[in-house]
Amino acid sequence: MRSIKILGTGCAKCKQVEAIVRSTVAEMGIDATVEKVEDIEKIMAYDVLVTPVLVIDEVVKIKGRVPSGTEVKALLA
Amino acid sequence: MFDWIQHFANWLIYGIAGFTQGTHLGDALNFFVYDTIKILVLLLLITFLMGIVNAYFPIDRIRNFLSRNKLYGGEYLIASSFGAVTPFCSCSSVPLFIGFVKGGIPLGVTFAFLVTSPLVNEVAVAIFLGMFGLKTTVIYVVSGILLGVVSGFILSRMNLEPLLTEWVRKIQANAEQEREAFELEKKSFFQRLPDIGKESFGIVKSVFAYVILGIGIGAAMHGYVPEGFFETYIGKDTWYAVPLAVILGVPMYANAAGIVPIIQVFVAKGIPIGTSLAFMMAVVGLSIPEATLLKKVMTGKLIAIFFGVVTVCIILSGYVFNVIL
Repeated sequence: MRSIKILGTGCAKCKQVEAIVRSTVAEMGIDATVEKVEDIEKIMAYDVLVTPVLVIDEVVKIKGRVPSGTEVKALLA
Repeated sequence: MFDWIQHFANWLIYGIAGFTQGTHLGDALNFFVYDTIKILVLLLLITFLMGIVNAYFPIDRIRNFLSRNKLYGGEYLIASSFGAVTPFCSCSSVPLFIGFVKGGIPLGVTFAFLVTSPLVNEVAVAIFLGMFGLKTTVIYVVSGILLGVVSGFILSRMNLEPLLTEWVRKIQANAEQEREAFELEKKSFFQRLPDIGKESFGIVKSVFAYVILGIGIGAAMHGYVPEGFFETYIGKDTWYAVPLAVILGVPMYANAAGIVPIIQVFVAKGIPIGTSLAFMMAVVGLSIPEATLLKKVMTGKLIAIFFGVVTVCIILSGYVFNVIL
């Protein structure tokens, strides 16, 4: 089971990432938990400077921008 | 460079739509069409350029550089310029603030960044360029950066660390100087271009409504408010004009996209440029929503001090502009 986290304080871009990730996970039919982390203290535990951030299995994969669906797919494959 | 847009506006309004040149309505419409197209072109161009810069901007490395080196005051200038270059999304300013604190960067330097970040951003620069031309834009950017430096320096002298919220103080106590860089993204320039283009298009789309609204109000005022109208009330000699404009501007939160076209009309109708710039800075740089976000990392007292110092600096810069411009 994969763990996917989207870190962001709730701006428009963070919501976009969440939507893309959720639809990609559904499309691929993989077993994963998708969690949106909005608490700044928890976000800072990943030592990131810009949001949104995509964390897959506790590793920071993308930060500061919205990835495309294909990109997310490649990261989860 | 923008002649073709003027020709187009003339053709559309005076030619096709049949308004008479020189009438209030005709001129207001012409102004509206011309400005809207010009601003949109500039916005697309500049957000795209800044998108490229940001895709390659080593945020982590700048932070590490600032935390490792003693720069004898130069760190304020770097942090402030850094704030000008990063795209402003209010949601990123808090993570960046914490990131700075975590890297052991002094609070004053962090504040320098925090002041400039919303003040100088790609949207404001694009619209400034369109409405005021290059000279005023450069003055705005340079003074925005200096404002960050001066405010940060003043705040650094005030021993404000105890006024951070508790969890931030804990982070500060455990500040680490060396941080490992994350895996760098391996994508070529041309692979990234479509994403950057999409993003700049997204930014323009999100401020489009404000641009139209601002230019619309500006165009209406342009056509109907007589020349020199404001001058009678708030000219250069009215000493309280600057502080009044700034204090009115601080709680206001308007998108830079909407406020600049209106300010341009103020200037055209006789409000001194310094007073107008100070008002603009107060509106864009400080706002109630920003204060709410900062509540996470600062106590109310610190937010009040921060806003107070920046407000005073903006007022002073307004007077300076009125004298030198």
